Amino acid sequence: MTQEINQRKGTARRLRALFIKEFYQIIRDVSSLLICGVMPLMLLFFYGYGISLDIDHIKIGLVLEDTSPDALSFAQALKDSRYFDVTISRDDRAFSEKIVEGSIKGIVIVPSYFTAFRLKPSETAPIQIITDGSDPNTASFVQNYVTSTFQGWVRSEASLNNWNIAQTYADTQTRFWYNEELQSHYFLIPGSLAIIMTLVGTLLTAMVVSREWERGTMEALMTTPVRISELVMGKLIPYFILGMLSMVVFTLLSIVIYGVPFRGSFLLLLIVAGVFLFASLCLGLLLSTLAKNQFVAAQAALVTAFLPSFMLSGFIFEITTMPLWIRWITYVLPAKYFVTNLQTLFLVGNVWKLIAINTFFMLILGLIIFAVVSFKTKKRLET
Amino acid sequence: MRKHRIWALVIKEILSFVRDKKSRYILIVPPLLQLIIFAQAATLDVKNVSMGILNRDNGKQGFELCQRFQGSPTFTKITYLPSVDSIQPFIDNQEGVMVLSIDQLFSKNLEMRQPTSVQLILDGRKSNTSQIVAGYATQIINQFSTDFGTRLNASKETLRAVPRTWFNPNLLYYWFTVPGLSAILTLAIALNVTALSLARERELGTFDQLLVTPLGQFEILIGKTIPAMIIGIAEGSIIILAAILIFGIPFHGSFLLLYGSMIVYIFSVVGIGLFISAVSATQQQAILWTFVFMSPAVTLSGFATPIENMPTWLQYVTYANPPRYFLIIARGSFLKAMPAHIVFNNVWPMAVIAVVTLTTSQFFFRRRLQ
Repeated sequence: MTQEINQRKGTARRLRALFIKEFYQIIRDVSSLLICGVMPLMLLFFYGYGISLDIDHIKIGLVLEDTSPDALSFAQALKDSRYFDVTISRDDRAFSEKIVEGSIKGIVIVPSYFTAFRLKPSETAPIQIITDGSDPNTASFVQNYVTSTFQGWVRSEASLNNWNIAQTYADTQTRFWYNEELQSHYFLIPGSLAIIMTLVGTLLTAMVVSREWERGTMEALMTTPVRISELVMGKLIPYFILGMLSMVVFTLLSIVIYGVPFRGSFLLLLIVAGVFLFASLCLGLLLSTLAKNQFVAAQAALVTAFLPSFMLSGFIFEITTMPLWIRWITYVLPAKYFVTNLQTLFLVGNVWKLIAINTFFMLILGLIIFAVVSFKTKKRLET
Repeated sequence: MRKHRIWALVIKEILSFVRDKKSRYILIVPPLLQLIIFAQAATLDVKNVSMGILNRDNGKQGFELCQRFQGSPTFTKITYLPSVDSIQPFIDNQEGVMVLSIDQLFSKNLEMRQPTSVQLILDGRKSNTSQIVAGYATQIINQFSTDFGTRLNASKETLRAVPRTWFNPNLLYYWFTVPGLSAILTLAIALNVTALSLARERELGTFDQLLVTPLGQFEILIGKTIPAMIIGIAEGSIIILAAILIFGIPFHGSFLLLYGSMIVYIFSVVGIGLFISAVSATQQQAILWTFVFMSPAVTLSGFATPIENMPTWLQYVTYANPPRYFLIIARGSFLKAMPAHIVFNNVWPMAVIAVVTLTTSQFFFRRRLQ
């Protein structure tokens, strides 16, 4: 009995010593500061402002071959739209050079026979929308927005001037829940928090721990009375605390600076982030144990953690669109579940079922990696 | 004599890269993985969409509209919802991005030739996807409405917007991504090669050995620049070849202009790489600084999202970012047959950046030696 208590006391003492060592190592090392402080700040800054899918003031050219009142009124409708910056010209020669150059994204042509055709019952009066397909996303947005501006214009002119137009029988009312203003940074910023946590969790541990292996200080630690389980804990806990601290700081920054709404509970956010961080830290430890040096560990962290969390987590690219074999890969990425949870907690609230399922998967992945790490660390020491 | 000395250094550099397992790894694995995965996964297209339909209409018209959604290749999984209350959990739990709601009077109104409407509810958590999905759905509904009107023999459409897409008629997303990769992967390689090579020599102590050779400082810098150049161009060519041969992307422009600009582009990147290696003491720091530079450089290049969407002040920052210009040239050369004067407009800023970065890095480098 007393022996067991003594042993427990010993564990606490040894862990404390390890924590202190780790603490000094963190604050004295430039790399830790870079990974935990500078990089996340920079990423949050550049992702927050630099990645945007909101079409706003897109430059387009308008060719008015027809200068009738109809055509001018449509030109005004396009100019009034907040989505476009319109340049008007009589012919399209100047514009086709600009579209090659990339300085305008589309050309709208109102042909010379527009009004004449509108007045003839047998003809359909067309406008043409030319878009730059070398950027497909912008092209389809320009196409959709010009079309809907045109339809809106037709409808209002028809009711004002009693035009004879085809009756719209089935109209569509569209509502976007949880993000009425369609701000893309409302979902991109919670997503970038996931990337930042991946960096702090995986890259930091992978580099710091592999340095200990490389320099042989890990073996030196082994010769002390510290046990392997204590050693793993001694690594995980300080970085866990560090990671949670950055999570809290960057969540507050996203709410205060970027004005992203937060509709869930903070406690739930902490739990979800904790589970994710556990999985990332274990992955970092695993990489450092498998890799023989810092260089390989860092490269491996970038390839197995950073790139997938950026590309395959649903942060920006939709997972359902990817080919099946890539969709299968996404299931083993903790980041995929974390991104969904973050977007939900920020924009929707506590959707218990969805969050519970996603957290459960992250936990399972974390435990599997943890088991592999414990096994590999032991094995590496024995051989 | 001098040419001979630099040549020897270049050969040594290339051999040390090709022989070293780690360096070989960086040259091959990440670019290949990125090429495969980026081309397939980096798409803002929307396919295989799951949606829900709440059809409270018992008539023929509501059924026909549902059939049209069933028949659309975009909506691969359609769930019929039993009641209004089931809409919210369906969206919240992300069982689908969109719900189409048809009310009880839909068929009745239409048969009485009364205009009616349907509702689309979308998940704003993915506002980009939902906007595109809403676009597809609206097209289906409009077509339904027009067809209904035609059947009633009512007035035909009198005004129409006719869309046409230049350069990429089917809006294939990888035609956009893969040419862009030639800019991004060349950046990664050239930066890694230069940033790491000096840091490694310094860490191993072989840098001092280099200094006692008859090579001058300037010659050492050139000797470090040329291999990065060769490796960067090789890597860029592989991607351009893969884009043409494997992905079948049309190349309408001039190879001469593309390669000419690629050389200027790599010069500007190598300058940054040398700068990083001059300020970092160890390989680890070089890796981290490379990463610190790379992620904003990629974000602000227009590779993933357009520069025009950024706030104006940030758009000014992008003028100092070399990949921004090369991306325009690469995409333009593939799809738009970009003429020489437009290419040149994008080359000279890179040349200016190259001169600035190369001279600054040389300055730092010299200070470091003293």
